[in-house]
Amino acid sequence: MSTQTLIYIFVAVSFALYIGIAIWTRAGSTKEFYVAGGGVHPVVNGMATAADWMSAASFISMAGLIAFMGYDGSVYLMGWTGGYVVLALLLAPYLRKFGQFTVPDFIGTRYYSKVARTVAVICLIFISFTYIAGQMRGVGIVFSRFLDVSVELGVIIGMCIVFFYAVLGGMKGITYTQVAQYCVLIFAYMVPAFFISMLITGNPIPQLGLGSTVNDGSGMYVLEKLDSSLQEMGFGPYTDGSKSMIDVFCITAALMIGTAGLPHVIVRFFTVPKASDARKSAGWALIFIALLYTTAPAVAAFSRINFNATVDGTAYAEAPGWFTNWEKNNLIAWVDKNDDGVMEIAKGDAFKGAPDYAEGTGAEGQRLLNNEVLTDNANEVYVDKDIMVLANPEIANLPGWVIALVAAGGLAAALSTAAGLLLVISTAVSHDLLKSTFKPDISEKGELLAARVAATCAIVVAGFLGIYPPGWVAQVVAFAFGLAAASLFPAIFMGIFTKAMNKEGAIAGMVTGLVFTFSYIAYFKLMNPDANVAENWLFGISPEGIGVIGMLLNFAVAIVVMKMTSKPPVEVARLVDSIRVPRGAAGAHAH
Amino acid sequence: MSDENLGSPPSENGHGEAYWKENIRLLVSLMAIWFIVSFGCGILFRDFLDQFMIGGFPLGFWFAQQGSIYVFILLVFYYAWKMKRIERHYDLDD
Repeated sequence: MSTQTLIYIFVAVSFALYIGIAIWTRAGSTKEFYVAGGGVHPVVNGMATAADWMSAASFISMAGLIAFMGYDGSVYLMGWTGGYVVLALLLAPYLRKFGQFTVPDFIGTRYYSKVARTVAVICLIFISFTYIAGQMRGVGIVFSRFLDVSVELGVIIGMCIVFFYAVLGGMKGITYTQVAQYCVLIFAYMVPAFFISMLITGNPIPQLGLGSTVNDGSGMYVLEKLDSSLQEMGFGPYTDGSKSMIDVFCITAALMIGTAGLPHVIVRFFTVPKASDARKSAGWALIFIALLYTTAPAVAAFSRINFNATVDGTAYAEAPGWFTNWEKNNLIAWVDKNDDGVMEIAKGDAFKGAPDYAEGTGAEGQRLLNNEVLTDNANEVYVDKDIMVLANPEIANLPGWVIALVAAGGLAAALSTAAGLLLVISTAVSHDLLKSTFKPDISEKGELLAARVAATCAIVVAGFLGIYPPGWVAQVVAFAFGLAAASLFPAIFMGIFTKAMNKEGAIAGMVTGLVFTFSYIAYFKLMNPDANVAENWLFGISPEGIGVIGMLLNFAVAIVVMKMTSKPPVEVARLVDSIRVPRGAAGAHAH
Repeated sequence: MSDENLGSPPSENGHGEAYWKENIRLLVSLMAIWFIVSFGCGILFRDFLDQFMIGGFPLGFWFAQQGSIYVFILLVFYYAWKMKRIERHYDLDD
């Protein structure tokens, strides 16, 4: 059977599975729609959390990024796993004990204020939409490369699938589909990793393979070999980064704390029966996530070795099939700087900016470009980092079914995250804005209908952003973390660990953190991208890491404002007391 | 944050305060380990640790890309286990 047929079969079967589960687990009440009835087993919830968490970015892009960043890629590995420690120890059990449906619920009640709730909703919608547009784009890329349909059609098909199970099933449907999606995506990630680790090192466990010797008779360790071959090409060593220490520190911290502040992750801990289950569940989620996250750096190193070995010094006429395939999909380009017909990789950019393909082909059959060629370096190859994981099985010449599996896995990762985010957005609209703020007398049925209508609108907007990505979307996805760290995290943290924090302090803190972080990012990424160099950064911290400073400002402003304004009412102290002890969660749970 | 903020949740059985203090002590020590393995070993002291090797990994690099993640898992499960015991001790478990 051809690889293409296998891809169609794998993707179709996985989609049928998701839809089947959605029909089977239809939500009947708002409680089922928002938090799956609050009765999900901690291990099941951990698995669903892992699928929710690992987006197209984790599955498709992360290993590729690490492959080209080396040590600097550690910020993603530590940042996106260490956040679960913060979540499990500082937030999840208390929020579960609090026992309502959403993050704005907590902020609105703890700070006894509709304004605080509305500010939290604004932070939440902003964070979730920047994140979701990237997911839909991921769906589009996988569809266009593997199913031979346009990115637009790919996004529309993805929207229909998500619509089906998110709108019908709500959190209940999503939880069980995400369990299936986790199984698909982790299998799809591990299988090629085993194969490639085996091929390169003779050890099938990628985590161990990364620390083993290369199978080529040289007796060198994988990382040693990578360091030396990169240095020969003029790059810095793989195990050494180019970012400054303070920047690595701040980006890692922003990603960790941002993870703990992301609404679609927090809400998953509202679905387990008890506060102690929330703690356990976070541990299980971390195990399921760590399986992929400890494999990713191995995949990264292996794919860089393979990529260099198969491309560098090869004549374009003999370029492997995957190279020309991805070139057709606009994600690889080659300019023959020295007219020798041989592809060369070196430090530096082959040409200015992203490839802008021209009509016609060059002497060797390569696609021509309109870009200005940079002659100050010898590098001739442009490669989009996003393709490394998708192309890996092809680069390593693995069988067709492995390639088909990776296509299904990439889709599972993108769809599961998109569904989780859509649910958070629709809940924010129907529950936090409609039910709790503007129309408190709405009936249960009316609220459920509003939630479904809101989810539908959110899907349409997300799909639109996926088809017509404004330049800023792709730029801003990674910054959702900084915004979450600077706005929601401090408000929740102080809400649990201090009784004295009042509404004035919390609101002032959230607004300061959000505005400061957003302005810093907007200035360097949207308004003045040319100035985005280390010399201009505040304390040498890049926009990716600035959320940490935003968070510190949030804390500082909140405490100063608190000292100047009146104390919170006594009910607040009682509420804080009750969320601090686990006993009695069942009562809140009957809410 | 002043001390009054961190203390004393009076609960039905009067054990709330001692329970909360013990929880905070545990949190502080576990968060310290969290900080040391990631920000310490993986970032601040990486250059120093990189002179040691485990297998084919420079030690600092290993902490940054593998080791810290394993420690994170242990921390979360230890906390869940230990808290359950503390809660039973004070008769506050759920």
